[in-house]
Amino acid sequence: MSSSTRKQIHLAAHFPGVNNTTVWSDPDAGSHIDFRSFVHLAQTAERAKFDFLFLAEGLRLREQNGLIYDLDVVGRPDTLTVLTALAAVTERLGLAGTINSTFNEPYDIARQFATLDHLSAGRAAWNVVTSWDEFTGENFRRGGFLPKEKRYLRAKEFLAATWALFDSWRGDEIVADAESGVFLADPDAGRFAVHSDQFDISGRFAVPRSPQTRPVILQAGDSDEGREFAASSADAIFSRHGTLDAGREFYADVKGRLARYGRSPEELKILPAATFVLGDTAAEAEERADHVRHQQVSGQTAIKFLEQLWNRDLSSYDPDGPLPTVDPQVGENTIARGRASVRMYRDPLATAREWRALADDKQLSIRELIIAVTARQSFIGTAAQVADTIDEFVQTDASDGFVLVPHITPGGLDEFADTVVPLLQERGSFRTEYEGTTLREHLGLSDARPPLDAPTGAALS
Amino acid sequence: MPDPSLHLAVALEGAGWHPAAWREPCARPTELLTAGYWTDLVREAEAGLLDLVTIEDSLALQSSSPAGPDDRTDQVRGRLDAVLIAARVAPLTGHIGLVPTTVVTHTEPFHASKAIATLDYVSTGRAGIRVRVSSRPDEAALFGRRDIPPLRLEDRPDDTDVPGGPLAELFDEAADYVEVIRRLWDSWEDDAEIRDAATGRFVDRDKLHYIDFAGQQFSVRGPSITPRPPQGQPVVSALGHRTVAYRLIGRAADLGFVTPHNEAEARTILAEVRAEQAAAGRADDTVHVLGDVVVFLDDDESAARDRKGRLDTRLGRDYISDAHVFTGTPAQLADLVQLWHEAGLSGVRLRPATLPHDLEQITRGLVPELQRRGAFRTAYEADTLRGLLGLPRPANRYAAV
Repeated sequence: MSSSTRKQIHLAAHFPGVNNTTVWSDPDAGSHIDFRSFVHLAQTAERAKFDFLFLAEGLRLREQNGLIYDLDVVGRPDTLTVLTALAAVTERLGLAGTINSTFNEPYDIARQFATLDHLSAGRAAWNVVTSWDEFTGENFRRGGFLPKEKRYLRAKEFLAATWALFDSWRGDEIVADAESGVFLADPDAGRFAVHSDQFDISGRFAVPRSPQTRPVILQAGDSDEGREFAASSADAIFSRHGTLDAGREFYADVKGRLARYGRSPEELKILPAATFVLGDTAAEAEERADHVRHQQVSGQTAIKFLEQLWNRDLSSYDPDGPLPTVDPQVGENTIARGRASVRMYRDPLATAREWRALADDKQLSIRELIIAVTARQSFIGTAAQVADTIDEFVQTDASDGFVLVPHITPGGLDEFADTVVPLLQERGSFRTEYEGTTLREHLGLSDARPPLDAPTGAALS
Repeated sequence: MPDPSLHLAVALEGAGWHPAAWREPCARPTELLTAGYWTDLVREAEAGLLDLVTIEDSLALQSSSPAGPDDRTDQVRGRLDAVLIAARVAPLTGHIGLVPTTVVTHTEPFHASKAIATLDYVSTGRAGIRVRVSSRPDEAALFGRRDIPPLRLEDRPDDTDVPGGPLAELFDEAADYVEVIRRLWDSWEDDAEIRDAATGRFVDRDKLHYIDFAGQQFSVRGPSITPRPPQGQPVVSALGHRTVAYRLIGRAADLGFVTPHNEAEARTILAEVRAEQAAAGRADDTVHVLGDVVVFLDDDESAARDRKGRLDTRLGRDYISDAHVFTGTPAQLADLVQLWHEAGLSGVRLRPATLPHDLEQITRGLVPELQRRGAFRTAYEADTLRGLLGLPRPANRYAAV
């Protein structure tokens, strides 16, 4: 089948995060803060013709039992600063980062993303996240000012405000005619005013129109509200749906929401996050995957995971022993702070019952149980098997591609780039050269951006 | 052996400091928003072995009025974030210090601290920050978080400086801001990352520190999300024209930029900065003070005068500046630099009237002249900004002795 008829895969590389997916204890694991690590991963992704590199962000070090969590990688750079530096050592790769809409102001963030877009010649992308916790707020001027129920309102109004800023320059104002002395064709260039529940700002925006006008917008929410937000405003959505069936269901659901915003299905890409372990044979890959899972879940880490569900101190338990007989403490999770994953346990008692049943059935220790329930990789196999699986997901509309999460910094993508990508290229499912220069072009997004007035709070309330 | 005590900086701003600079034949007015433009300028400065470049910034669009916006169309309008310009240039340079401006009045010290720490990582130890206060109501309106009343310095210059006055409040906040970014840089001890396989711990949490800063405008808990940067403490700088700003430099900075118009003024200002430094208990710390000079340079003096005349004609008036305006040859400028240096300043921060012309006159004219006189380095002697400025890598305030 020729590439002109095959659906094209989109791939992104996730810089390994500050969680236990990242294995820092491996002999090959390098620095998480040295710029050379970022350069290595970015240049590997660009060599493999990936769409973009992605950096996550957190604005407070995580705590558990009232102490800074010390078992995972801790520490990361400022997102926009390191992405802009990476623009100097790459030429085509998209540069995507998470920026929080709660503890920032639209003017400042629009200024920085427009700058990144100028300095990368059109490669900027923004994953908009929102948080409301006082814990993070303790690092910022306004503290924990945002009520939980206003977090999506804040995010939508924040995005709308930045769009007003990005769109405040048309792109034809700077004439710079030395002879006549006219630099600016329009004395009012950059004029904006935003008055909403969260913002009351006005003036003239300092950064003229950037190559993509607005950065590519990414969104990661999986709730109904999050999906709607993505359908109205995002260019790509991350998801956690790892199986073909769940992926297709999510894909159909989200793509189905676009029409009511006047958007076509191609205008929002669906890119689940995925981990991978490769081997020369399927058996070798399985063996390596098992080894990695044990690296990811040490005995100490297993106890900490159990505490996040149990919501109590379990430090006296032996990770190689059986699960606690005491039940989880129900109610607000107070044991772990600065960690979104604890909110996934909506019914801790039921989850604890499931885990106990599984442990009894298979005679699993605490550590073996946590390995079984938390850490299985998305793709395990030979390069050919993994290429088959990825292509099947994309060709059967379970996704438009993947955000790949290596578990080793910075070399964790090398093998994938060298062995899986060429197979995807041979099938005609993945580019062999960049065709455009901007990230919008890599993602096959049209110039028609989501409508300016889409992200309003009223539409969803 | 060249004199290691003279320091030279260049202040980069748009097409140059003269408002008509963008109309000069050498100007690249349509490239001011490109990476290539800034890379070329900083590489030129590095070729001249300069200590550092500063990069101007403001939150609002440029204006010809210090009080607020204008609607002029005959001057450069539009600029990029200075910290990100520095980050973009960092991997493509190797020795020169990178000191972007950050407005501290409306922004978050937590974000600024990690941004400058990251600039220090991507430049392997060449980052600084110039903190700038914003007293303009129109800049406050861009953030919409607080009202800043118009300051009328020309009416009551003395009232604004007094403790509790409006300007003093903004500068006190700036000092708090610097205190927070400095504590956050120290909030990780250098050896906090341990990767101890036996206990499964990546960090030693006893070497991560809450900073627990509480001030009038903000409280910050910490620690930073970014480990201690390569220099430990990147270089903090500020520009000052008056007592409140000299106090900020004396209390908080490693590097001050001041605007004397002759050696006598240089001595007076320097004495005031030193007195503020002593009052803040920092008499034994090194605080470099550089004199700002706007420069129009040509190989012959009349050519420089003619060029300034041409630019002023286009401006419609004589160019004036807060800083001394120098018109002449690189050798004449070398005389001035040495006089000011003898008056006690650590050196000068030169503001090229046009770019790249006056920058090239500095790097290819002034620097060789100073080198011939044995007054300036002939090779970079360090690869961090603190190293170039003769500042040791400081101990961490939180480390157990």
